[in-house]
Amino acid sequence: MRLPCPWCGDRDLNEFGYGGDATLQRPADDAPMKEWVDYVFFRDNPRGSHREHWQHIQGCRAWIVVERDTLTHEITGSWPANEMVVAAPAKSEVTP
Amino acid sequence: MSAAKANKAQPHRSPDGGRIDRGTPLSFRFDGQSYQGYAGDTLASALLANGVKLVGRSFKYHRPRGILSAGVEEPNALVQLRSGARHEPNLRATVAELYDGLEATSQNRWPSLAFDVSAINNVFSAFLGAGFYYKTFMGPTRGAWHFYERIIRKAAGLGTAPTLPDPDRYEKAHAHCDLLVVGGGAAGLAAALTAGRSGARVFLVEQDNELGGALLGEAAGAGLAWATDAASELASLPNVRILTRTTAFGFYDHGVMGLVERVADHLPQPGAHQPRQRLWTLRTKQVVIAAGAHERPLVFGDNDIPGVMLAGAVRRYLHRWAVTPGERATVFANHDEAYRTALDLADAGVAVAAVVDPRPVPGGDLLRALAERGIEHLSNHVVVRARGGRHLLGAEVAALDADGNPTEPTRFISSDLLAMSGGWNPAVQLHAQSGGKPQWDSRLFTFVPGTSKQAERSAGAAAGHMTLASALTDGVSAAGAALEALGHALKPIDLPAVEPEAEAVPAPLWEVYTRKGKRFVDFQHDVTAKDLDQAVREGYRAPEHAKRYTTLGMATDQGKTANVNALEVLARARGEAREKLAQTTFRPPYTPVSLGAFGGRDVLRHYHPIRRTPMHAWHEAQGAVMVETGLWMRPRYYPRGNETLFEAMNRETRHVREKVGMVDVSTLGKIDVQGPDAGEFLNRIYANGFKKLPVGKARYGVMLREDGMVFDDGTCSRLSESHYLVTTTTANAARILSHMEYHLQTCWPDLRVHVASVTDQIAAMAIAGPRSRAVLEKAVEGAEVSNEALPFMGVVHARIAGKPVIIFRISFSGELAYEVAAGADHGLAVWEALMEAGQDSEIMAYGTEAMAVMRIEKGHAAGPELSGQTTAADLGLGKLCSTKKPYIGHRLKERPVTADPHRPALVGLVSLEDNKRIPGGAQLVEDPKAQAPVPMLGYATSPTYSITLNKNIALGLLKDGAERMGTTLYATNPLNNTTVKVEVVSPHFFDPEGKRLHA
Repeated sequence: MRLPCPWCGDRDLNEFGYGGDATLQRPADDAPMKEWVDYVFFRDNPRGSHREHWQHIQGCRAWIVVERDTLTHEITGSWPANEMVVAAPAKSEVTP
Repeated sequence: MSAAKANKAQPHRSPDGGRIDRGTPLSFRFDGQSYQGYAGDTLASALLANGVKLVGRSFKYHRPRGILSAGVEEPNALVQLRSGARHEPNLRATVAELYDGLEATSQNRWPSLAFDVSAINNVFSAFLGAGFYYKTFMGPTRGAWHFYERIIRKAAGLGTAPTLPDPDRYEKAHAHCDLLVVGGGAAGLAAALTAGRSGARVFLVEQDNELGGALLGEAAGAGLAWATDAASELASLPNVRILTRTTAFGFYDHGVMGLVERVADHLPQPGAHQPRQRLWTLRTKQVVIAAGAHERPLVFGDNDIPGVMLAGAVRRYLHRWAVTPGERATVFANHDEAYRTALDLADAGVAVAAVVDPRPVPGGDLLRALAERGIEHLSNHVVVRARGGRHLLGAEVAALDADGNPTEPTRFISSDLLAMSGGWNPAVQLHAQSGGKPQWDSRLFTFVPGTSKQAERSAGAAAGHMTLASALTDGVSAAGAALEALGHALKPIDLPAVEPEAEAVPAPLWEVYTRKGKRFVDFQHDVTAKDLDQAVREGYRAPEHAKRYTTLGMATDQGKTANVNALEVLARARGEAREKLAQTTFRPPYTPVSLGAFGGRDVLRHYHPIRRTPMHAWHEAQGAVMVETGLWMRPRYYPRGNETLFEAMNRETRHVREKVGMVDVSTLGKIDVQGPDAGEFLNRIYANGFKKLPVGKARYGVMLREDGMVFDDGTCSRLSESHYLVTTTTANAARILSHMEYHLQTCWPDLRVHVASVTDQIAAMAIAGPRSRAVLEKAVEGAEVSNEALPFMGVVHARIAGKPVIIFRISFSGELAYEVAAGADHGLAVWEALMEAGQDSEIMAYGTEAMAVMRIEKGHAAGPELSGQTTAADLGLGKLCSTKKPYIGHRLKERPVTADPHRPALVGLVSLEDNKRIPGGAQLVEDPKAQAPVPMLGYATSPTYSITLNKNIALGLLKDGAERMGTTLYATNPLNNTTVKVEVVSPHFFDPEGKRLHA
């Protein structure tokens, strides 16, 4: 498999490290315990298109978001991770 | 046959013809017997030329087996080649190129090939049927496996694995291409030439040693002449790369193809600087699979007797190697194409007894050709059973009744060669690996490639185009489609005018239904039609289930000659239409690939390289005993005279505690953190605070994982307002860097911070002991190192030996101590300058053993305690964790399980038994003699002998550790039956108030 690094182009899978689900958002510092437990311990296992974090460890070291079909391994997009961050709320909207 | 006679004659070799070099005779040995062949031979063709028909014993029943095919699909003729370290089992004689001095032995026989004791299995085969292993060794009788395993492993199986290290070298290569053409036969050559002329970057790979494919195995004609020209034109094109002796074994995601090039397998041993094999990772844009087809055997009684061969293979031996595999032949086939075998054999002077064909009315021209050669033709007939033992004697032939069942009586036709063909199966393996699903073709009665999932298309016989003319045009159009996708304009090529030929369109005959003999479907795994019937009867009806139950298709040939026939037998046994059954999954490799090729150069030190510190040469010169930690080489101790490890460790420890010592700590991970938000960033990364750390100060820090467990520890120093230097443990250096980068880029992109590893750029040494300041004062220029100027946790820039250094007053040993950091290039000079300056103070280098003793004496947590299962509170670091700011892990460390006050906590353990060490990993229990299960209260993590205390001590993790101080427990290791009485004490064994490091 090859992954398209937004900075370096198509590179071999060997150059990357896997970082897991990129659709998760780190909860607010004071978010309820359940939200934190979900964030750290629970993952969906989607069949089909999925966004994941990968790090180009043996290359530019950038963390990137890769959109990959988990069934066919078709890659439909990749972006620098820092452009894909949904800013976490400073304070939780839910009262703990 | 005597050796002399064998050398003189190759009784089954024609005097002329073939693609062999009669001017280059080659000697070889098979099972100790000497024979001769010619350059261009395979081991199989040379054995057949010498009249050797029995070449192996079968997997389960130890039945005599000969050579079935002339290619990679061979299930029977597996041999072991070479000897000693180069010994290699399970090689197919049909593709092993002959070289002078080749040594081959048959396998799976004892004591000899002709007389094999385990052939008795054949008699008891009723007990060895499908599911034998499951029934015997699963469920209630499972224990039997342990008893019988040794015997069964010897009797079953194939060759023996080599026991010596492989002396050969393997390489890996990477390449890109526009178009990969797999297979250098007619279709592949047409595709490659079309694409090559159009300017695309083409790879053409052929598993054989020369291009030509099936054309090499037929009588010479216009096709072969064209192929020769095409091959030389391709060789002249700079945009075309031809790899022969190369197999495309795996079609992976995104057009990545695995190739294995057998660079030197055809030589006695690789030449100087030559690899044995080369593994290619080829990144393709388009692929044309012109991998040909494999001929299908027919399933009749005892169809495995040596002398029963595939009809196409017989022609190939005849034309390519000028070998006549028999003296009197019978042909049994259900399609016209195989008649060529009868005609070609007759033209080569072999007596052909009969052509047996289950079809009622075959073509007229063929009948005339048979009649001209005086060959009897038996239509509406089948071979019911082959007769013979170690070689074929003849075939029992019967007419078919109206329902297609053989009738009695049978007629015996004497022959020593039975050429059979049930049609051809396109090589759909790579197509299937790429994600395609082969589809049933009701005309060819086999599977052809289905819809492509990747940029690949099959061509020629691999796509079901079984004649030369159609294969050639299909090759051109496949290349045309690939070129269009690539955006290259197509330049046409001229194709030869070839004579019309009989096509292999078989009648639907798969198995001859008879109770006579064993009707093998999978030759290599000894699976018969009866086994498949039994699988269906016992409920293993789905092909994937029947495959696993009978092991059909699971041998090294992956059922190339078996799978399609098996599905037909299954369909018949299930009483269902053939179309309903799909093939089992094809997985790489297409043919076996040696592990050496996958390893390539990534073996031994190339796989596990060494990292050396800048002071490595000094340690070696001092006779240090080195230890590998991760990839690093570190001095473990510096023995003097005949000192043991224990003696040296004690000497070095005592010396540091009493005088002064120096240890190389360059291996610690070092990360440079810079930027206006560096303080805020480190506040989030560490559990304790760093934002307010003054410039010129160091601080011990603990990092947690997001789940609240301790991740790593180390010191962090503030070098300027926006510049910090973080140290990590040696083991976690890479992980921490990645962890920091992850959070900066995916969680907090607003923080203006950069991080970079400087582990390799900085040499570091710790100088420890009461006299350490005296040494520094002598060596340092440009800075004060007095207790006032450089207090505990102070940091200063200075020079040693004229080189810029940073001095940190931090201590791992518990002594007055400093760490000195210098540029890697200056490391050795600074180290030597400190050693020189320390002469008067009797400075002594110490290793990791003494370092470990001192950190245990001080109760510092390290690797064994930072196991990923301990919280900061467990390690006595709970108070360090900030309550004023959020940080990674702050939330989940409050979970009930991590906040539980009864969790095992860090304690010290002292052996109460003289001279008895506490076993590492020992469980802590109140009463080791209690009835099992004994309640386990904790365990010892880091044991050592402390020369300072003259006691055997350990750190450990103990449930309710604080409450158990002063109590007596037992450290017990049931694995080696050691139990030691211990007292629970504070983990700070030595100088608990820390007076020494503040001195």
